[in-house]
Amino acid sequence: MDLNLSDEQKLLRESAERFVAGSYNADHRRKMANDPLGFSPAVWKQFAELGWLALPIPEEFDGLGGGAVEIGILMEAFGRGLVSEPYVATVVLGAALVDRCGSKEQKQARLPKVADGTLKLAFAHSERAARFDLAKVATSATKTAQGWRLSGSKIAVLDGHAADEIIVSALIHDHHGPSGRIGLFVVPATAPGLAISDYARLGGGRACNIELSDVHLPEDALLGDGHDVLPAIEWAVDRAMAALGAEAVGIMQTLLDTTLDYTKIRKQFGRPLSANQVIRHRLADMAMQVDEARSMALRAALKADSPPTERARAASGAKAKIGKCARFVGEQSIQLHGGMGVTEELEVGAYFKRLVAFDTLFGGSAHHYARHAELGRKA
Amino acid sequence: MDLNFNAEERAFQSEVRGFIAKNLTEEMKRATALTPSVFSDPDIGMAWQRALHANGWGAPGWPVEHGGPAWTPAQRWIFETECARAGVPNVNVMGVKMVGPVIIGFGSPEQKNFYLPRILSGEDYWCQGYSEPGSGSDLSSLKTRAVRDGDDYIINGTKIWTTHAHHANRMFALVRTSDGPRQQDGISFILIDMKTPGITTRPILTIGGDHEVNQVFFDDVRVPVANRVGEEGKGWTYGKYLLEFERGSGIASAKLREGLKAISDLAESDLTGRAIDSPDIASRISEVEVDIDALEMTELRVLSALQTGQNPGAVSSILKLRNSEIRQAVTRLGVDVIGHDALAVEPMRPLYKLNHEPAIPEEMLTVVPEYLNGRAYTIFGGTSEIQRDIIAKMMLGI
Repeated sequence: MDLNLSDEQKLLRESAERFVAGSYNADHRRKMANDPLGFSPAVWKQFAELGWLALPIPEEFDGLGGGAVEIGILMEAFGRGLVSEPYVATVVLGAALVDRCGSKEQKQARLPKVADGTLKLAFAHSERAARFDLAKVATSATKTAQGWRLSGSKIAVLDGHAADEIIVSALIHDHHGPSGRIGLFVVPATAPGLAISDYARLGGGRACNIELSDVHLPEDALLGDGHDVLPAIEWAVDRAMAALGAEAVGIMQTLLDTTLDYTKIRKQFGRPLSANQVIRHRLADMAMQVDEARSMALRAALKADSPPTERARAASGAKAKIGKCARFVGEQSIQLHGGMGVTEELEVGAYFKRLVAFDTLFGGSAHHYARHAELGRKA
Repeated sequence: MDLNFNAEERAFQSEVRGFIAKNLTEEMKRATALTPSVFSDPDIGMAWQRALHANGWGAPGWPVEHGGPAWTPAQRWIFETECARAGVPNVNVMGVKMVGPVIIGFGSPEQKNFYLPRILSGEDYWCQGYSEPGSGSDLSSLKTRAVRDGDDYIINGTKIWTTHAHHANRMFALVRTSDGPRQQDGISFILIDMKTPGITTRPILTIGGDHEVNQVFFDDVRVPVANRVGEEGKGWTYGKYLLEFERGSGIASAKLREGLKAISDLAESDLTGRAIDSPDIASRISEVEVDIDALEMTELRVLSALQTGQNPGAVSSILKLRNSEIRQAVTRLGVDVIGHDALAVEPMRPLYKLNHEPAIPEEMLTVVPEYLNGRAYTIFGGTSEIQRDIIAKMMLGI
């Protein structure tokens, strides 16, 4: 049992924190908020040069073979600067699904390109009628003579507008009709019949809704051999939740630091706000919740490769708990900044909005406490 | 980073399990499960202490030269976790975990030679004389006075919330020996034989129906000066050192997990009409379980830092605060889970010696008393408000 960072992990943390502190500031973030792409291709190139895009990709596909803990270290640093590059969409979800479900050829065609920064991916799974139920997929993939025909609608696709290829989940219909199996299909961004409507995402970056109207794909668009990939989707989303949890911890830490500084400087009734016990106790509670969230994000990362039930309970537990902590820390950061906290003049709001987005993505606290309970009863 | 135990740690875990299987009697287990207050009755707790001592494990946190087992932080974690899982009795922590470390740190060679072996063997049973009716959170305002008279102090005053004073043969106490410019000055740390003439003990019943704490009165109680630990007037420093031990041995999550498991078992049982089938109850159990997971991870992070000789910082207050809050959440959940059976009051103590058929199933008997007595968790050992003051000051610098 040892939870200390290795020397390599410490190095990764230092370089990520240094990069974010140097390249990300309020001006950059405001520029990105109004940018149609929502992130900087130049920064993405630097991510590739720093080896971060290769981080979790296996060494045989030009990656570094890192794990969920390393991803978490990187994501926490990203959170501190409110990074908006499509890292989760491309690396944490996209590349992971290709790696887990794809054939050797499919991996070889994509993973080295993700690692060197020349291929961006996205994962389109959520549907309006499914809410947060990962098993509920209405989008259909029908077997044709040449390959596959996809139809359906997806929502809340992270960074789909920037992706070269979108990995779309669909219910496989073979010659006998619906098979009950979910498959993952690689859809090029330029495929006829694919319509992407993107929007600015709460708290930075972009997302999109997509429509698939009889999108024809070749045989090898299906990742793997047509087995049901629901377990792989659950695995990838659990890992993404761990990664996003670590990012939320970074965001919360920045909010805590900023709020703490503000309460020391801001004077009312002739003394700093922090001279009031009610303010000190609020900040103590915030610090405690940041610490609890940090513990849970680390726990989810350390259990990312555990057996499915254990992994899923750790991920749902982390998502629920960190979401709860995030709302508290975010809302109290605004409260303690007073009127300035609700303006766009400070960045408190931007950090808070990213936390709200985190809490919502893949299901909020209530959903994940319920999933945690359900999985506990099955265990 | 690795959450799993290595081969050596796993071997130690088996050793601890073997020890517990051999020494934990059914009577001890049942008595512990049916104790709704914080501490086990001395006859139960001390029997366990004797078994530990016979195996060289009487004081896990002590240095080797005083009889400690020289465990690594990971080994202490494993020991505490296995003990919690098995439901072993609570030992007299006022001896092993409180006064012991102070005597080791600041006591004279004579005091070490006399008192430490008696703590290890369970021969002495200690109580703590800190709080007074007028001095709670503001402990250093204490007024119990020790006036020098030759080779003795003559003590007058009163102490309150004294756990197991009615069982203890010794008390360690903070007393005022002079009035310094600051109220923290002039306090001394003194060891008192409870059989000394002039000491009387009044029981205080807590709202769960248990007699665990007392008020102790001192009327011209004569205590040898040789019973003072360390220097006169430095008692506050020693007392604070002890409070750090009281707040966080740093390993509380395993006990919380067992407490929650007892409640979950009830919720899954026909005795409660399967309370778990209510989605609200199921989610709340998960919520508390996740809080315990978070506390456990924080404990393990602290432990990992300790393993490499790092100072984990001012986290003992966080651990104390979260432990107490989660403990209360567990007991609150318990009351909701047993439903109508929360109405029944069983006044007889100890519950494990009940000589009549209780109105409700035995496994529910402690639920309401634990909830009621458990309100004290956020009060003793420094209230939650005091802990938040400490976190703000030590961690946030405000």
